[in-house]
Amino acid sequence: MSEMSELIIESTSKVFAAYSTKEVVNEAEKGIWANELWNKLAQYGIVTVAVPEELGGSGGDYEDALSIVRLASRFSAPVPLAETFIANWLLAEHGVAVTNEVLTIATETDGQPFKFYQEGNGWIVTGRAKNVPWGRFAKKLVVLGEASEGGALSVLNLEKAEIIQGNNIAGEARDQVVFNQVFIPECTIIPVDKIKYEERILYSCALTKSVMMAGALDNILEIAINYSKERSQFGRPIHRFQAIQHHLALLAGEAAAAGIAASYAIHSFQKNPVSKEIALAKLRINEAAGKAAPIAHQVLAAIGFTYEHILHHNTRRLWAWRDEFGKESDWEKVITKQLQKLEKNELWPLITGVKNNQKKVETR
Amino acid sequence: MKALQIPVVELPRETENLRREIRLFIQQKIDSGLIEPKCDSWLSGYSAEFSKDMGRRGWIGMTWPKKYGGGERPSIERYVVTEEMLAAGAPVAGHWIADRQTGPLLLKYGTEKQKHFFLPRIAKGECFFAIGLSEPNAGSDLANIQTRAMKVDKGWILNGSKTWTSGAHFSHYSIVLCRTSPQDPDNRHSGMSQLILDLKAPGVTIRPIHLMTGEHHFNEIFFDDVFVPDDLAVGEIGNGWAQGMAELAYERSGPERILSTYPLLNELTNILIEQGNTESLNKVSRLISRLWTLRNMSLGIAQLLEEGVPSNMIASLVKDMGTKFEQEIPEITRLLVSVTPSVNSESLIEKYLAQSILQSPGFTLRGGTSEILRGIIAKGVIQQ
Repeated sequence: MSEMSELIIESTSKVFAAYSTKEVVNEAEKGIWANELWNKLAQYGIVTVAVPEELGGSGGDYEDALSIVRLASRFSAPVPLAETFIANWLLAEHGVAVTNEVLTIATETDGQPFKFYQEGNGWIVTGRAKNVPWGRFAKKLVVLGEASEGGALSVLNLEKAEIIQGNNIAGEARDQVVFNQVFIPECTIIPVDKIKYEERILYSCALTKSVMMAGALDNILEIAINYSKERSQFGRPIHRFQAIQHHLALLAGEAAAAGIAASYAIHSFQKNPVSKEIALAKLRINEAAGKAAPIAHQVLAAIGFTYEHILHHNTRRLWAWRDEFGKESDWEKVITKQLQKLEKNELWPLITGVKNNQKKVETR
Repeated sequence: MKALQIPVVELPRETENLRREIRLFIQQKIDSGLIEPKCDSWLSGYSAEFSKDMGRRGWIGMTWPKKYGGGERPSIERYVVTEEMLAAGAPVAGHWIADRQTGPLLLKYGTEKQKHFFLPRIAKGECFFAIGLSEPNAGSDLANIQTRAMKVDKGWILNGSKTWTSGAHFSHYSIVLCRTSPQDPDNRHSGMSQLILDLKAPGVTIRPIHLMTGEHHFNEIFFDDVFVPDDLAVGEIGNGWAQGMAELAYERSGPERILSTYPLLNELTNILIEQGNTESLNKVSRLISRLWTLRNMSLGIAQLLEEGVPSNMIASLVKDMGTKFEQEIPEITRLLVSVTPSVNSESLIEKYLAQSILQSPGFTLRGGTSEILRGIIAKGVIQQ
């Protein structure tokens, strides 16, 4: 983390506490955009962290940005901060200046790639993207597709797109975005290797989602601990019961495991944006989500099962996010591909990152 | 939560050569038939010769000062040695306890005389220690120990017994936790002391307690008016509880809480790759994500301990999760390959599977049961 990070985290924490309240999160679920929250984040330069200042960013590194993402998820911030980060980083990488606009990113295009045809000073776009995070609120969509020259990374103004609203099980907007021969003037189209960028975008999204899940797990642990101290039954706070203590210990274990897995994934990202650490982390953190959410609900009992209580802000997100950008079964396959390349007894070298001794040819 | 934050550790490049050196060393021992790898080798793999060889290489007492026979190496190198040994299933049980906890204990609390006498012998792989904690009526409730030492001229007279003592039959000494003052109901942890006991001393009787497999690792030790000279008391008389507990974090988060059944996982992976069994390899991939996470936790805690950060709570957490993981490996393996576990089998996987299943009950008991650990973890997070 850079030097500015401590300061950023502290001030960002205040922004989330003030503008990503329970009411704001609940209203977002009803379709109301968290306008004040986004404006504040923009005002403080938070949405452009890890983009160099000469490209309109706030500077800082990926670790700074991902610490903010982790924090945002503790407050269930109903804005596409992770998506905007990823989009901004990709654009900055190609020398495109960034702004504070709300961006989102599409990874599912219904089997058909987006098509871009140049016409005059603009492009004609056709394509359908599914499960676009916060699509209805975003100004622009970053999506890969095909131009006549080959693969292209595009930044599409969403004004003329058709939006079919949908939600994930946490009530977060996951919309269909449809472009049917839409002409977009002055649209950014960057030629890229599509296969390579598909992978990059998937891994970036899996990384941010892993970090968000680690944040949510931290928070459900805190909620469960606080509740177990406040709630009394049989004349004593319930954390005094061994059965509850065991729940808390298991929950703490999953939160800690998710935390360290996320940290290693973040650490690897700087050097390799499609690292095996990201795959391992998403796999392990998905598992943590599935184990931890039911424990938290068991500790909080009936109250945690209500809309009134905030536990569901985190637990429903955990259940939704573990399925986004690769379930356990998807990432298992990615790791398996690496295993298949191994020679006998090379699992340990894979885990430690140190190859075995070269077999020496005996000279007699 | 702050208390659960574990740092990312980047292993220094120099450790890579060390790893290759260790792997070559072990491979040569296996090839020449001198050792036979097995699961849970830090408890059940005993070879005095192998321990001596490790001592000659400087792989015991690696971090200790040179004046006491140590190597003054960084603790991360010791970590590398231990995990490489365990992953290979090498027979490290002989020196394990002495290297892991007796050495650090003596370095911290021992007298100069004790350090000069014991540490070089331990580092040479010639002096083995057994743990002297549990008693028939003091298991999870360790503070209930009854073994007592009475002050006499120039020493102590020890009476009582210890149980579940792994390796007492091949060890030379034991660090015995005993009462040197009567039990105080208001302060259960007071009045205990640690004595270095010569297991060959008159009045010491060692009897085997065979494991359910018939193997001999456990023992009970009886003390019948055993004389322990003053200069074999460790640290401060009456401070035994605190001295003993401080070392538990090292004991609980080390690689031996994750890798006890690793040789089985390796063999399973070998077989599935050879079969091209993608479906089953996916299950292995899941295990690898857990192992990767646990190892990173363990490494991070090793660094915290090095920095002097109290880590008893997260160390307990690693042990609880790590030992459960060790038990999971045979459970998953048996469903992925059609083999029959047998300790006498010629096939490695059948042998490792049998060893793993039969040793597995011990994983979540030794060094603090999961139930006790979860109590420590819960109290730790509640206090935050």
